[in-house]
Amino acid sequence: MTAAHSYLEQSSPPGRSGWKAWLMTHDHKRLGLMYLWAILFWFVLAVFLGLLMRTELMGAGRTIMGAETYSSMFTLHGVIMIFFFGIPAIPAIFGNFFLPIQLGADDVFFPRLNLLSWYLFMFGGGFAVFSLFFGDGFPDTGWTFYVPFSISSAGNVSLTVTAAFILGMSSMLTGLNFVTTFHRMRHKGMGLMKIPLFTWSLYATAWVQILATPVIAITFVLVVLERLLAIGLFEPDRGGDPLLYQHLFWMYSHPAVYIIILPAMGVISEIIPVFSRKAIFGYKGIVYSSLAIAIAGSLVWAHHMYTSGMSDVSVFVFSLLTFLVAVPSAVKVFSWVSTMYKGSIAMSPPFFLSLCFIYLFTVGGLTGLVLGAAGTDIHVHDTQFVVAHFHFVMLGGTGFAFFAALHYWWPKMFGVMYRNRPAYVGAVAAAVGFVFHFVPMLILGMQGMPRRYYDYLPQYETGNFLAGFGAYLLVFGLLLMLLNLVLSLRGPRTAPANPWGGTTLEWTVPSPPPMENFTASPEIKDFPYDFSEIVANSKK
Amino acid sequence: MESSEEHRHIVGYGQLAVVLALLLTLTGVTVAVSYVDLGFLNVPVALTIATLKAALVLLFFMHLRYEGPIIRYSFITTVVFLAIMIGFTFWDVAFR
Amino acid sequence: MASTIDTTGVRIGMWIFLYSEIILFGGLFVLYAVYLYEYPELFAQGGKELNRIIGSLNTVVLLVSSCTVAASITAIQRGKKGQAMACLAFSIFCGLVFVVNKYFEWGAKIDHDIYPNSATLQDGEPGLNIFFGLYYVITGLHGLHVIIGMVLLSVSLVLVHHGRITASRYAVLENSGLYWHLVDLIWIFVFPLFYLVL
Repeated sequence: MTAAHSYLEQSSPPGRSGWKAWLMTHDHKRLGLMYLWAILFWFVLAVFLGLLMRTELMGAGRTIMGAETYSSMFTLHGVIMIFFFGIPAIPAIFGNFFLPIQLGADDVFFPRLNLLSWYLFMFGGGFAVFSLFFGDGFPDTGWTFYVPFSISSAGNVSLTVTAAFILGMSSMLTGLNFVTTFHRMRHKGMGLMKIPLFTWSLYATAWVQILATPVIAITFVLVVLERLLAIGLFEPDRGGDPLLYQHLFWMYSHPAVYIIILPAMGVISEIIPVFSRKAIFGYKGIVYSSLAIAIAGSLVWAHHMYTSGMSDVSVFVFSLLTFLVAVPSAVKVFSWVSTMYKGSIAMSPPFFLSLCFIYLFTVGGLTGLVLGAAGTDIHVHDTQFVVAHFHFVMLGGTGFAFFAALHYWWPKMFGVMYRNRPAYVGAVAAAVGFVFHFVPMLILGMQGMPRRYYDYLPQYETGNFLAGFGAYLLVFGLLLMLLNLVLSLRGPRTAPANPWGGTTLEWTVPSPPPMENFTASPEIKDFPYDFSEIVANSKK
Repeated sequence: MESSEEHRHIVGYGQLAVVLALLLTLTGVTVAVSYVDLGFLNVPVALTIATLKAALVLLFFMHLRYEGPIIRYSFITTVVFLAIMIGFTFWDVAFR
Repeated sequence: MASTIDTTGVRIGMWIFLYSEIILFGGLFVLYAVYLYEYPELFAQGGKELNRIIGSLNTVVLLVSSCTVAASITAIQRGKKGQAMACLAFSIFCGLVFVVNKYFEWGAKIDHDIYPNSATLQDGEPGLNIFFGLYYVITGLHGLHVIIGMVLLSVSLVLVHHGRITASRYAVLENSGLYWHLVDLIWIFVFPLFYLVL
C-alpha cells in the first residue's frame, strides 16, 4: 500500500488540501486525531494543576499558594479532568477512529455531525480558557458547583458552566452518532454477538451520553438563570430546596462516571485476549454487564448525598442499589482474569498497562463499597478517602486504560512503532507513583483529613509530604510515556498491519488505514476473538 | 440501503383529522374537569388525560406506531428514565 | 459511500435527539413535581392567576399545528407540493399565534409585578415564588423551542418551494415535523400542570 493512499494524506471529502482538509474533514479517523491533540493538551494542563495542588499540600500552612487560589485550582483540575478528558477521551479519540472500522463500515452515520461535535468541543474549550483570564477569575466552587455558593460566588461560574454545557452537547451528539452507526452501518454478516467488545462498550456508553447529559445541561442552565435573575428555585428563603440541585447534578454526574469507565473497560476487553492469545472469557457476560452497568448506574446518584440532609429512606434505597452496580463490574474483572488463565501471555506496553488497570480499578471499586455503604460513608464523606477512591477508578482505571489504548492503537493510527523500553519505564513509574501518591490519601481520609482544604492539622503532614513524592513520580511516568509516543512520530512508517496479532477488523487494514478504511470487503468472522489462526501462524 | 420505500405508510388526511378531533375533545374534557373540585385527584386525572393526548400525538402524528423496535424500545427507555428521575427523587422528598 | 440515503437511520438519529430534549425538560419536571408536592395549595392559587382561556387557546393552536405539520408530510408523500406548502405555512402561523399569546401573557404578569425576583414574589409566599419561577423558566424554555421549531419549519417550507424536498426525499421535513411535535408534546403536559391544577 502506498503511503499516499492513507487517511493521513488523502482527504475526505476528496479534493481538499492544507488546513481545510483537516478542519472541514468528514473522516472519522482525522477527527479522532484532532480530538487526540486537543485532549492531550487539556490532560497535561490538568496534570500540572494537580501537581501544583499536591506541592501546596506537601507542607502545612501556605506553601506556594493561598486558599482562594487552591480552591480555583481544584475546581479547574476537576472541570478539565472530567469534562475535557475523562468523558470524551476514549470515545472521541478511539471510538471515533475505530468504531466504524470494527463494524466494517467506512465512517460514522453522520460524518458532518461528527465534525460539529469536534467544533463544539473546541468552542467549549475556548469558553473555559476565556473564563480563566477575564472577569472575576475562575470559579472556586469545586467542579460540583453546589448551590448556594455557585450562585453567589464572584467567580466566572456562568462562563464555566456554559463551557461544560457546550461540551455536553458535543458528548451527546457523539453518542447519537455511535448508536445510529451501530444499528445501521454494521457490515453484512456482523450480527450483534459478533461485534467487538470495545464497540459494545461504546454503545452502552452512548446511551448514557444521550440520556444523562441533558440533565446536567438543564442544571447548568438553571445555575446561570439563578445567577442572572435570582429566581430562588434553590433558595430556602424563597421556597427553594438546595438539595434538588444536588439531585439534578448527580443524576448526570453519577452516570457520567460510567461514561468515563465503560469505554475504558472496553479497551481492556480488547487488549487482554490479544496478549493472552486466547478468546475472551465470557463474551456475552461482558456485553450484558456493560449494558447492566449503564442501566444500574442511572439508579444510584444520591449515594453522593448521604450526609446532605436527605431522608433516611433514600439513604437506605440508594445505598442498596449502589451495591448492585458492583456486580457487573466484578463480572468483567473475573472475565479478564479468566481470559489470561492458561493463555499464552505475551508482554507488551499495552498489556502491562492493562494489568495495572485491573489491579488499580479493583482497588478503586473496593473503596467504592466503603463509600457506597451509608454507615461507613459518613465517616469518610468529603475526606481524602473519597479523593483517593475516585482517582483509583478514574486515573488508575480510565487513565491507565487510556494509555493502554494509546500504546495498543498507536501503530495503527500512525504507522509507526514506538520504543518499548521508555514505555515500560514510564508505565512502571506511573503505577508506582500512583500507589505512593494515592494510598496515603486513603489513610489520611480515614484519619479525618478533609478534601478541598489547602491546609490541614499537623498530624496529616507526613502523609501529605510522602504523597507529594508519589505525585512527582506519577507525573514523570505519564509524561515519559507521552514523550515516547510523540517522538516515535519522527520514525519511519514501517508498522505492519497487525503488529500484535489482533483479530478484530482494524488489524486487517494497513497501518495507517486508507481513507476509505477497507479497500476490499472485510471478512466477518464467526467470533471476533478467534485466535486459532494467530496461534497456528506463530508456531510456524 | 433502503430508500424511502419502506416508510411508505402514509397517514391519510382523514385519519389525521380524526386524531385531531380526539385531541381537541380530550382538551375540552381536561379543561372541564378542572372546574370540578376532585381534591388531590385533579392532578392525576389531568396527567392521565395529558398522557392520552401525548400518546395520540406520538403514535399518529409522529408515526411511532409504524416505527421499528429500535425507536420503540429506546423511546420507552427514555420515558422510564424520566420516571426514575422524578420517582427516585421522591424517596428523598416524600420521607423527610 | 451509500448513494441512497438511509432514511431510517436519519430518523433514528432525530428520535435520539428528541430523547435528549425530553430529558432536558424532564429535569424541570422533576423540580415541578417536588415543589407541587411541597406547595399544593399555593400552586393551585398560582394556577388561578393564570388565564385558562389563553392557555386553552394556545393548546388548541399547537394541536392544530401538529396536525397540519403531519398533513404536510402526507401531502409531500403524495407529491402535492402546494398542499404541503399551505399546511406548513399554516403551522408556522400557528406558532406565531402561540408566541404572540405568550408575549401578552407574560406582559400581563410583568405588569402585575409578577416576574423573577420581583418585589411581589420576594415579599409574598415562597410557594408562589416557586410556582411563578417555574412558570417563567418552563414556558420560557418551551417558547424558545417554539421559535426554533418555527425556524425549522420555515426552512422546510423554502426547501419544498425550491423542489429540494420531494416525495422521494423528505427527511428534512419529517425531522422538522418531529421537532415540532415534540414542542406540542411538552405543552400538552405544561398546560394542565400550570393552568389546571386548581
